[in-house]
Amino acid sequence: MIEIAVLFAISCVGLAMALNLWRLARGPTTADRILALDTMTINAIALMVLMQIQQGSAVYFEAALLLAMVGFLGTVAYCKFLLRGDIIE
Amino acid sequence: MMDAGPVEILISAILVIGGFFALVGSWGLARMPSLMTRLHGPTKVTTLGVGSCLIASMIYFPAVQGTYSAHELLITLFLFLTAPITANMIAKAHLHRQGKAIDPNPMDDIAEGLPETGRGTGWATFDGRSADPSDPPL
Repeated sequence: MIEIAVLFAISCVGLAMALNLWRLARGPTTADRILALDTMTINAIALMVLMQIQQGSAVYFEAALLLAMVGFLGTVAYCKFLLRGDIIE
Repeated sequence: MMDAGPVEILISAILVIGGFFALVGSWGLARMPSLMTRLHGPTKVTTLGVGSCLIASMIYFPAVQGTYSAHELLITLFLFLTAPITANMIAKAHLHRQGKAIDPNPMDDIAEGLPETGRGTGWATFDGRSADPSDPPL
C-alpha cells in the first residue's frame, strides 16, 4: 500500500517539476523564472524524501537539507541582484 | 514485508495528499495569469505538499524501519521559515521592476508605474524620512 502511495506521490511531484520547467522556460518576466526555480528546488526536496521512503534508506536527508538551504540562499541572491544590481553591497 | 495496519494507511494517505498538493501548487504556477497570483501556488500549496511528504517520512522511519532521525523536522522547519521570505523577496523585486517598467507584464496592471502610496514614504523601501509629519517616524 505504501509502495503504491509513494509511486503516486513521485509521479505527482515529477509532473509538478515538468510544469515548473515549462514556467522556467516560458517566463515571461525574470521574477517568474526565479519563482519557478525556487519551486523546482522545493519539489526536488520532496522527490528526495519520497525516494528514501521508497528505498527504505536514509542517505538523502543531508542532501535534502543542503538543497533546502542552498535553494533559499540562491533565491534571495537572485532577488537581491534584481533589486539592487549587486548581491553584497 | 511490512504489516498492513492503521499506521500504513495513515502514511499512505499523507503521501497521497502531499503528492496532490505538490502537483496543485505547480499547476497554479503554470496556469495563473500574473506573478502576484502565481506566487500563491508555490509558496503555500507546494510548501504544504512538501510538509506532508516530510511528515509521512517522519512517521515511516520510526514506525516501519525502526530508525529515527531529526532531519525531517529540520527540513520542515527550514522550509516553513524560508517560504514566506522568498515570496516576499520575489514580490518585492517584481514590484520594483514593474514599477520602473522593466520587462513589463500587462496582466499585472502596474506596468505603467506603481500607484501613489498616499503617504510620504514610497513602496516598501527605506527612502528617507517621511515628508508628512503625521506619519510615524521610520
